[in-house]
Amino acid sequence: MDWLDPVIGKNGLILAFLVVGLILLFSYAVSHFLGRGRIPGAALAIIMGLALAFTGSEKGIADHPLFAGMAVLGGSMFRDFSVVATAMGANLETIRKTGRAGFLSLLIGVCISFIVGVLVAWALGYTDAVSLTTIGAGACTYIVGPVTGSAIGATSEVIAISVAAGVVKTLVTTIGTPLIARRIGLTSPHAAMVFGGLIGTTSGVVAGLAATDAKLVPYGAMTATFYTGLGCLLCPSIFYVLLRIFIPA
Amino acid sequence: MKIYGVALLCACFLAGKSIGHLLGELLGIPGDIGGVGFAMLLLMGISAYLRKRGRFSAESETGITFWSAMYIPIIVAMAATLNVKAAFSGGWTALLAGAAATLAGFLLVPVLTRLGAKGDSHDNPEH
Repeated sequence: MDWLDPVIGKNGLILAFLVVGLILLFSYAVSHFLGRGRIPGAALAIIMGLALAFTGSEKGIADHPLFAGMAVLGGSMFRDFSVVATAMGANLETIRKTGRAGFLSLLIGVCISFIVGVLVAWALGYTDAVSLTTIGAGACTYIVGPVTGSAIGATSEVIAISVAAGVVKTLVTTIGTPLIARRIGLTSPHAAMVFGGLIGTTSGVVAGLAATDAKLVPYGAMTATFYTGLGCLLCPSIFYVLLRIFIPA
Repeated sequence: MKIYGVALLCACFLAGKSIGHLLGELLGIPGDIGGVGFAMLLLMGISAYLRKRGRFSAESETGITFWSAMYIPIIVAMAATLNVKAAFSGGWTALLAGAAATLAGFLLVPVLTRLGAKGDSHDNPEH
């Protein structure tokens, strides 16, 4: 099979398109077979993707050389590019109208995630301001955590926990959004913008909305894209300083 | 031609990312602040302007709609390349902090949706 190696090695991205195509084909067939589409095919495909990620570690399935192209296709370049393209289906007027609610949801979203993260860490025995801030930041997104942690000098163990907390958030959002969408009124572009601002993990928001209602994706992505930046701005500065007042280092 | 649409998308994407990184630089934060959002606003604004002036053919538009249809496959690839194991290696702190923060966000969606909708329908005469 040596002749096959260069075919895969030089065409990893093309193989990735094929693999993803097959995953979607299979998921939509299963979705049609079980309950005639009641479970969205996109949601099944995303869950299948997550399951495949278990076969590797840091880069999921792309840790296997055969599937290295999946990291390119699923990397931030293609993700952001295709999400920007969805703006063609979005209504500028709706976004303008929801602007203020979107901004408010961003601020509240970052604060709430941080507070919840700090409280959980506190309850589980972390008492120093640096660790609490870092884990709280990780509860925002898996990028805010390590950015904050390295800025204020957290240990690598705590930074790893903050990254893990952020990844958990992405996973819970991805799987939970389609299940809970109706109950929390996530049915309009307006609500999707609020949702994006409150949750903030772009990958989770986009994947969760994709599995719920594809039309909502651009609205959720619009606000979520500001969340990580805002978190990186607030967590290592104001939030850390405020926490230091309550907990002397 | 389709490539005109793709090229417009690329131009907006790169311009938006540049604005996001510039904003990060100005605020002293590593990385990109809202780059995707700026790119989306640019794409919506420019394509609406071009369409009004009749300079944006349906054929060009398909160059963009193709990529917008590709995002679900791309999200599936992204899901398959996440560090799922890390989510479980962080122990209870990570699991609880991540899950509780998400749940709190979910629960606030109806509250804030209502707040914003009220403000918009009154058109805020007081401001």
